[in-house]
Amino acid sequence: MTAASAPANILAAQYGRDRIALVAFWLLMALFCAAIAAPWIAPQNPYDLAQLDILDAKLAPGATSSTGLSYWLGTDDQGRDMLSAILYGLRISIAVGIASTVLALGLGLTAGLIAARAGGWIDGLIMRVVDLQLSFPAILVALILLALTGQGIDRIILALVVVQWAYYARTVRAAALVEMRKEYVDAAVCMGVGNARILLRHVLPNVLPPVMVVATVQIAQAIALEATLSFLGLGLPITEPSLGLLIANGYAHLLSGKYWISFFPGLALLVTIVAINLVGDRMRDLLNPRLR
Amino acid sequence: MLSYVLRRLAWSTATLFVMSLLVFAGVYAIGNPVDLLINPQADQAEIARATALLGLDRPLWEQYWLFFCGALGGDLGISFAASVPAITLILERMPATLELALTAMLIAITLGIPLGLLAGLRPRSWLARSIMALSTLGFALPTFWVGLMLIMVFSVQLGWLPTTGRGATVDVFGIPLSIFTADGLRHLLLPATTLALFKLALLIRLARAGTQDAMLQDYVRYARAKGLSERAVVRSHVLPNILIPIVTVAGLELGSLIAFAIVTETVFAWPGMGKLLIDSINVLDRPVIVAYLLATVCLFILINLLVDLLYAVLDPRVQAGDTQ
Repeated sequence: MTAASAPANILAAQYGRDRIALVAFWLLMALFCAAIAAPWIAPQNPYDLAQLDILDAKLAPGATSSTGLSYWLGTDDQGRDMLSAILYGLRISIAVGIASTVLALGLGLTAGLIAARAGGWIDGLIMRVVDLQLSFPAILVALILLALTGQGIDRIILALVVVQWAYYARTVRAAALVEMRKEYVDAAVCMGVGNARILLRHVLPNVLPPVMVVATVQIAQAIALEATLSFLGLGLPITEPSLGLLIANGYAHLLSGKYWISFFPGLALLVTIVAINLVGDRMRDLLNPRLR
Repeated sequence: MLSYVLRRLAWSTATLFVMSLLVFAGVYAIGNPVDLLINPQADQAEIARATALLGLDRPLWEQYWLFFCGALGGDLGISFAASVPAITLILERMPATLELALTAMLIAITLGIPLGLLAGLRPRSWLARSIMALSTLGFALPTFWVGLMLIMVFSVQLGWLPTTGRGATVDVFGIPLSIFTADGLRHLLLPATTLALFKLALLIRLARAGTQDAMLQDYVRYARAKGLSERAVVRSHVLPNILIPIVTVAGLELGSLIAFAIVTETVFAWPGMGKLLIDSINVLDRPVIVAYLLATVCLFILINLLVDLLYAVLDPRVQAGDTQ
């Protein structure tokens, strides 16, 4: 127990020395908690039409409804409380970001390890697919996929997995090749340990930490990409509005000066992405042996 | 060198072929275009006739072959929405997108290299820290959000710049361009800045890392030892060395700028290929979607090929390392 927690404690203490990163960490935790608890802490359920009052449409931030509810961040064109909509939107955005990153990481790890261990034509085939995919920008690949498959939370997760896995596969393959030249792998081979066991029990634990750090920052990228696709009207359907869709809904009103319908969801998106980036950057600096 | 060029060309051709297969399979095999084109009350015989007319009753490989031959001759079908050849629509819109992307790249380069150089020369100064904070923000900010905020501040609140569109254009060699008219420039400024921000962040990091690396090299020490001023050391020794990777990356990133222009064009209603793509997806105008994809894939492959070849010329180690 102590042996396992000691490095974690040292890491936590080192992490805390960067005050900005520390603030970002707590901010991120607060956002996560708010996203998870959205149905209980939001002033109204923004997608229960019975709770919406069209007479309250497009109220400025701080206005009060006929029933005495305060709209701290204003309302949209259907009288929806923006604070509630943002909490629910944050929930969807973060869920999609994490789900797609975890799935892509799993797929990329598997493909990368197989390529590194198998070598030969299997390695060649996997890496050519990776090369092909990485020569096109993520947004273009995701757009094409969504244009072909249509909208939906499962489709957007699929699109985000497809655009991310190749990057992990390449990183994992390179790291695994370095690890497999080391003596402990030779020792395991001499002991007659099987292929699968060498990969999973010996190579994987050494490859995983740096890739996990990359994945942290990738969650932010996934959230940003999902928001962009939803903004373009190709991501999530109107029944599951993420932050990107909220921003898109407010776009038309932005030009008439009703900034809050777009601005606050954008601010929530921005704070989430920046916080994840700051935490990820700090972790990368701490775990990068070259910078020590 | 020749074998490298040939190998690279073969890879490009293979990529183009695979992409054309994927685009074909994706757009033509998923869903039946007949359902969209024909009257819903049509009987079985009419559906069969329409299917035969479109060649959809033939085996898939034969359909692909016809599509492939058509594509080689520049025939990618007729737009459902505009009733003109899809490729014509794309080519009409291409100058606007290229103008936007190239202006954005120009902004990123002219600001990114000096800022990165400054940040790299004195990494601990407050100026360097501010520049790096700007770069972090540039990476994190979603493009469309930046665009919206720029519109909100400069167009709606301050009223300095127009919100959308391309403004007045002049024909240069028959190609309409905004950049040479005052009105066009005013329209171009916000979208180009939005699009440039991410690349600016990237070039700042590259220039800074390159500068920090170069300052530790022997040639900088000897240049100082022979009495050159700091300015001369930077101008004639540091700058040329950091430019090689920057030129390469700037070239490679041009493709991603064209892709990201889809977002910027939608926000600013800039009449380029990207906006056309989104509009076409919304009305399921398949021939235009296919034409956009193939045109973009060709552009990308061309850019990647040119950059790789340029890189091989600039850095001979690439040719040796490529076989590994």
